[in-house]
Amino acid sequence: MTLQITRQVDARGLTCPMPIVKTAQAIAPLAPGSIVEVLATDAGSVKDFAAWSRTTGHQLIDQSVDGAVYRFVIRRK
Amino acid sequence: MTTTTLERPAAPAVDPLAEAVDDVAGIPEIEPAVETGEPVKTKELVIVDWSGDLDRMWPVLILSSTAAASGVHCKVFVTFWGLLPFVKDQKRVVGENWMQKMLTLMQRPGIDHLKLSKMNFLGMGPWMMGVLRKRYGIASPRELLEAANALGVEFIPCQMTMDMFGLKHEDLIDEMGPPAGAATAIELMTSADASLFI
Repeated sequence: MTLQITRQVDARGLTCPMPIVKTAQAIAPLAPGSIVEVLATDAGSVKDFAAWSRTTGHQLIDQSVDGAVYRFVIRRK
Repeated sequence: MTTTTLERPAAPAVDPLAEAVDDVAGIPEIEPAVETGEPVKTKELVIVDWSGDLDRMWPVLILSSTAAASGVHCKVFVTFWGLLPFVKDQKRVVGENWMQKMLTLMQRPGIDHLKLSKMNFLGMGPWMMGVLRKRYGIASPRELLEAANALGVEFIPCQMTMDMFGLKHEDLIDEMGPPAGAATAIELMTSADASLFI
């Protein structure tokens, strides 16, 4: 099954809290179930996206790291 | 010693025909929406923003914007020195009398003119912080304030401080909510899930 990514958020080069802030702003207008892909370089974002998804209820369905770039895939609740 | 027998409540009657129809139709199970009757309470964070220093405004703005980004309703009660960063950009000196004017003459108001609580060194400290901030791609207080406003953080100015500093509501940024006092701050803090004094 391939995921249909609705929106991408490029948070590379940004530090806390902007990757979360930008993702929250990008995900808000989307329909429930939409998939958002986030790219970030902030090492703190690994713990932060997990915490953020628990607080908001949005689902962190995939995460990976490629070199210094972290990738998070989130399904909007 | 007495033993009590707990009687199970009678199982609800099941209509075997309806069950069979469901099975045959092969309708996928849909999770029933949990309706408890009461609305889900949004979590709430209250921050008392007192200091106005760069090194304290940063956490105020980072935590408030992140709270709002996390679906946590955030209210910031802005009091004393905390009010000066919320003065509009184009205002340089505010106040009615010379003492109030002296205050903003000594401490330039506005979000771009914050001092450090330590190692300020006549502005060298904040300047170096600005250089480091840019080098590491860290958001400025201005960017964070814009994010906080866009995400719906509520800023509530302290009426008493406004009176003492000679600040009028129109001196403050447009996003500033109606002024309030200590009793409002207490009510906000006691009903919130978490509150901070920064």
